[in-house]
Amino acid sequence: MARTAIPGRLNWQSARVGELIDETARARSIALELPDWTGHRAGQHVDVRLTAEDGYQAQRSYSIASAPADGRLVLTIERLDDGEVSPYLTDELRAGDELELRGPIGGYFVWEQSMGGPLFLIGGGSGIVPLQSMLRHHRATGSDAPLRLLYSARSRADMLYRDELARLTDEDEVDISLTLTRESPDGWEGYRRRIDADLLDAVGWRPQTRPLIYICGPNGFVETAANILVDLGHPPDRIRTERFGPTGTA
Amino acid sequence: MTDDFPVLSAGPTPHTPLTDWDFTVRGATGERVTWTWAEFRLLPSESVTRDIHCVTKWSKLDTLWTGVSVDVLLDRLETTAAYVSAFSDGGYTTNLPLADLTGGKAWVAFGYGGDPLDPEHGGPARLLVPHLYFWKSAKWVRGLELRDRDEPGFWESYGYHNRGDPWREQRYQGD
Repeated sequence: MARTAIPGRLNWQSARVGELIDETARARSIALELPDWTGHRAGQHVDVRLTAEDGYQAQRSYSIASAPADGRLVLTIERLDDGEVSPYLTDELRAGDELELRGPIGGYFVWEQSMGGPLFLIGGGSGIVPLQSMLRHHRATGSDAPLRLLYSARSRADMLYRDELARLTDEDEVDISLTLTRESPDGWEGYRRRIDADLLDAVGWRPQTRPLIYICGPNGFVETAANILVDLGHPPDRIRTERFGPTGTA
Repeated sequence: MTDDFPVLSAGPTPHTPLTDWDFTVRGATGERVTWTWAEFRLLPSESVTRDIHCVTKWSKLDTLWTGVSVDVLLDRLETTAAYVSAFSDGGYTTNLPLADLTGGKAWVAFGYGGDPLDPEHGGPARLLVPHLYFWKSAKWVRGLELRDRDEPGFWESYGYHNRGDPWREQRYQGD
């Protein structure tokens, strides 16, 4: 692939698929080896492009799940059953395959250790992925910025990174809250409801502490959470959002 | 193609009451014109049907908008400026060549599909520049600043393309 060095230009490059990790029945993490990767910041995404034999191309944006210093780039992708790209990535892709991508993309929905805290990360569904990158970056850098994370998923079986999140709840700097919206399994110790003002107030920081807040998820989830936090008194300029709008008919 | 309305925005949706809303055009040498919501709605408006294209790979065909042509808003200002910075509630800006906003190509839209434009989609009013990628159609727009020199806006400073022509797929810097 020809690569001309124009500063700031985002070139497509071919990545080799390394390890594949099934996160849930519908989601998979894909570790990629890239010949020409300049690194990323926690919260950024990449564009992935597929080309069919007849030349038809489809591209989608996927969040990076790995931390910048992890040494490999990992995407976590949830299958949308009528999607053009995600079913191939979650079901067909094999280790050793090549994948076209470019990035990293996005510079506002990012957190770096130097930005401090306190931090409140709020993820709905696969919106946890860029927040996981921030959480991993936070742990990898030994940040002492107090971090609270609220993760809302449909069911326990839909939760990404369950074991890792469970391990992290033992760490002092990190406080993780989970809520399920569509099931109440026996023995579940987390919350069992959709996000609302009481939940965000109970789990988050007081507005007076001016936390830096990151919200990622489906558009309705993000809209609800952001509106509630503004109503609770959090300054809008401390709230950063990333919204997954539907693409196509999804 | 999509029937829904995916959203590219960086923070909470502003909810500015119409009684606090105004729209300002600032010239490059300091002159300015400001309309309250009531005054703005008395300006001549038109309804247009256009296709729109988002940088996140969706397009939406035959969308119906109602708004005030930017030509009308610039009518009272003489200018030699070549660029515009559109500014919005929430602190967003986007930059455009003036030529992309004039000649019946751009509107400040307050209606969508025959209804008032809701806040989530940029209401009470957003810029509408259908021939460019949709982030150039600044949501919650509150004014236009005419400038002699071009300067990147919010998304542009984070690596999105400076002009954003969907027919050339100008998504990111260097495209």
